[in-house]
Amino acid sequence: MIPELGHFALILALGIAFLQTVAPLVGYRRRDAKLLAFAGSAAQAQFFCIAFAYACLTISFVNTDFSVAYVAQNAHTDLPNVYRFSAVWGAHEGSLLLWMLMLSGWTFAVSVFNRRIPAELSALVIAVLGVISVGLLLFMLLTSNPFDRLFPVPLQGRDLNPLLQDFGLTIHPPMLYMGYVGFSVAFAFAVAALITGKLDAAWARWTRPWTTTAWMFLTLGITLGSWWAYNELGWGGWWFWDPVENASFMPWLTGTALIHSLAVTEKRGLLKSWTVLLAILTFSLSLLGTFLVRSGVIVSVHSFASDPARGLFILIFMAVITGAALTLYAFRAPKLASVGELHLFSREGLLLLNNVFLVVACAAILIGTLYPLVIDALNLGKISVGPPYFNAIFLPLMVPLFVLVGFGAVVPWKKGKAGETWQRLKLPALFAVAFAIVVPLALHGRATLLAVTGGLLGAWTIVAASQDVWRRIRAKPSFIAGLASVPRATWGMTLAHAGLGVWALGVAFVISYGYEKDVRLAPNATTEIGDFTFGFVGAQEAKGPNFIAQQGEVTIERGDHSVTTLYPQKRFYPSQRNVMTESAVDATLMRDLYVSLGEGFDDGSWSLRIYVKPMIRLIWLGGVLMFLGGCLAASDKRYRLARAADRKLALDGGTQAA
Amino acid sequence: MRYAIPLLILGVLLAFFAVGLQRDPRVLPSPLIGKAVPAFELPVLALPKAESPPLSMGNAAFAGKPYLVNFFASWCAGCQVEHPYLMQLAKQGGVTIVGVDYKDADADVRQWLAARGNPYAPILVDLDGRAGIDFGVYGVPETFVVSADGRILHKHVGALTPEAFARDVKPLLGAGS
Repeated sequence: MIPELGHFALILALGIAFLQTVAPLVGYRRRDAKLLAFAGSAAQAQFFCIAFAYACLTISFVNTDFSVAYVAQNAHTDLPNVYRFSAVWGAHEGSLLLWMLMLSGWTFAVSVFNRRIPAELSALVIAVLGVISVGLLLFMLLTSNPFDRLFPVPLQGRDLNPLLQDFGLTIHPPMLYMGYVGFSVAFAFAVAALITGKLDAAWARWTRPWTTTAWMFLTLGITLGSWWAYNELGWGGWWFWDPVENASFMPWLTGTALIHSLAVTEKRGLLKSWTVLLAILTFSLSLLGTFLVRSGVIVSVHSFASDPARGLFILIFMAVITGAALTLYAFRAPKLASVGELHLFSREGLLLLNNVFLVVACAAILIGTLYPLVIDALNLGKISVGPPYFNAIFLPLMVPLFVLVGFGAVVPWKKGKAGETWQRLKLPALFAVAFAIVVPLALHGRATLLAVTGGLLGAWTIVAASQDVWRRIRAKPSFIAGLASVPRATWGMTLAHAGLGVWALGVAFVISYGYEKDVRLAPNATTEIGDFTFGFVGAQEAKGPNFIAQQGEVTIERGDHSVTTLYPQKRFYPSQRNVMTESAVDATLMRDLYVSLGEGFDDGSWSLRIYVKPMIRLIWLGGVLMFLGGCLAASDKRYRLARAADRKLALDGGTQAA
Repeated sequence: MRYAIPLLILGVLLAFFAVGLQRDPRVLPSPLIGKAVPAFELPVLALPKAESPPLSMGNAAFAGKPYLVNFFASWCAGCQVEHPYLMQLAKQGGVTIVGVDYKDADADVRQWLAARGNPYAPILVDLDGRAGIDFGVYGVPETFVVSADGRILHKHVGALTPEAFARDVKPLLGAGS
C-alpha cells in the first residue's frame, strides 16, 4: 500500500509540475496576476507530493519491504538502520528521487523567499523550474520508477553496495545534488531574464545568494566525495580525474566563474550576456554530470547504474532544456548589451580574467573527459585519458588564477592604480616568498619546485585575501568596532579565498613529501617509511553487523615512542559476496598515516599498503573553508535589506530596460 | 551571430553523445587478440568420477585444435546464466571447452558442477587469479576463442549466448589450422 501511495504522489506531482509551468507562462502573456501567483502555490504543492513519495520509499526501506524491486536490490535484513535511510539514494531510481526532492525543495524555497521580488520574475523562474520537474518526473515514471513491485517477493534482498556503506557516502550525494540542482535556480533566473529582457543590477543581486548557496553545497559535496574516496576506495588518493569526478568539478568551475561574473554584473552592469551564458552552462554541466553517470556513455568506478534507454532519455532531456535555453540566448542576448567601459586593470577586469582561466580550465577538462567518447564514436578505437593529461593542463592554468586572487581583493572597481596596488601588496608578496622558502625546508629539510610554488601561491592567496578585512579593521578606531564593521560578504570572500590557499598548500605538500609503499610483512615484521616504523602484529578475524572481516594490527612508532596502533580491515559481505577494503588512518593536521590490507598469504603474512601523507587534511580543510565562506556570503544582510528597495526600483524602472 | 555559437557547440556534442549511446561500454577490445595465448600451467581440478587425470596442464596440452577458454566461478551469477548453454555446446561436441575456475574453492565448484553438470573438458584451477591477470580478465564469465596454432581470436565478456556464439565464435573455429 505504501509504495502505491508513493507512486501516486509522483504522478500527482507530475500533473502539478505541468500546471506550474503552463500557468505562469500564460499569466505572463496575458498579464494575469492570478495565474502568476498560482506558480508559488503549485511549487509548494509539488514539493509536498515529492516529499511524501520520498517518505514512502524511506519507509519501505526501513521495513525492508522486498516486494518493492528497488528495495530488494539495495537492502538486506542485516543492513544497519542508518544505512537503510541512505540506501534510498544508493542506486539509480532512488538517487533520481533525491534529485527530484532537491529540485522541488529549491523551487519551494524560491516560492517562499521570493515574495519580495517582482511577481512576474518569480513566477517565470518557478515556471522554468517546472519544466525541469516535468522532464525528470517523466523520466522517473517512464524508465526508472522506484516503486515498481517485484513478484514473486524474494525472502532476502541483495543488499546495499558495500562501497556505499560508509558515513561519507551517506552525506556526499545529498550535498552534491544540492549543488547540482541548486544551479537550476540560477539557470531559471537566467532564462527568465532572457524571456523578459530585463537584466539589471537588481536581477544580479537576486540571483547571487541562490548561486552562492548552490556553489557552497557543491563545494562541500566534492570535498566530501574526495574524502570518501580517500577513506573507502583504499587507493590513498584524494582525486583521480575520473569522469564522474570531472563531471562534478566542471559545474564547480563554471559556477565559481558565475559567482564572480554576477558580482561584476551587479556592481558595474557589465558582462550581462556572459553571466547569463555561464548560468546556462553551469546547470547544463550539472545535467551532463547526471547523464554521464547514468547512461553508461563513459565507464567509471562511480557508475553504479548504467542503461542506454535511460541514457537516451536524459540525452533528449538535456537537448531540450539546454537547447531551448541556448536558442533563447541566441535571439535575446544581443539585446542585453552592457553599458560602460571595462579597464583590464580594475577589479572587474581581473574578474573577467579569472573567468577566462576558470572557463578554459573547465573546457580542458571537458575535452579530456569527452575525448575517449569522440574517438570511439569516430571508430578510432577505445582509449582513456588519464591523470597526466589533466595535471599537465590544469595545474598551469591554476597558477595565474591564484596570483589573480591576491590582486582581486585589493584592486578597486573601475580603474586601479599600479602604485597603490604595489603599496598594498608588497608585504603579502614578501611574506609569501619567505614562507615558500622557509616552511618546506623547516618541515622536511628539502624544497621541491612544486612545494615552493604551492607554498608561494598558497601563502600569497591567504595573506592577500585577508588584506581587505585588515584594512577595514584598521580604518575603525578600535579593533572590536572594526571587526563588527566587516560585512559578512567580505568575511565570506576572505574565507573562501583563504580556503583556496589552504587547499593549494595541502596539494603541494602532499604531492612533494608523501610516501607510498607496498610491502609484504610477516607477523611481527617491521618496515620503515620516512621517520616512522610500521610494525605488523598480525591479522585476526573480526565480525561486523553484516560482514566478516580480517583485521590487521599495525603499530606505528617514531623514534622510540609509540605513535598509534591501526586496525585496517578486509571485509567480506556475504549478502553480495563482495570484498571491501577498509583502510585505517591516523590523522593530524600535519600528517596522515594510512594503512590498508592487501592480500593475505598462507604463512600469515599480508601485503600492506602504507602511506604517509603530510598535510593532506589541508585539502579538505580548504574545501570546508570555501563552504563556510559561501555560507557567510550568501547570508549577507545586504541581500535581505536591499530587496524591498529593489522591488520598487524594478517596478519603476523595469519598463525602460525592456 | 556569435551568440548562436554555444548552440552550435551543443549540437555537435549531442550528436557525439547520441552515437556514444549506441555503443556498448562493456565492449573492451582485448589487446591480446591475434597474439599467442599467454603461457599457463595450472592444476587440474580432481573430480570424483574421473580416472586419474594429469595433475596440471598447460598450453601444449591443447595445441592442434581450436578451443574455448572459459573463465568461471561458482560464486558468479553470470556463470549460472551461461551454464545451460555451455552444457548444450558440450553435448553437441565439436569444440573443446577448457574451464578455468577463477578464485574459487575446490569444494564449492565441485558441488556447483554436481548440481548443474560439467561441460568442461578439463577444469583448471586458478586459485589466486594469476592466469586471469595474464589473460586480462576483468570479471567472470569471460570466454576466449583460441585457434589451433595457439592465438587468441576473440574474447567474449559476460555470459555466452547462442546468438553471440553463432555470430562471433562459430565462424572462427575453422580458422588458424
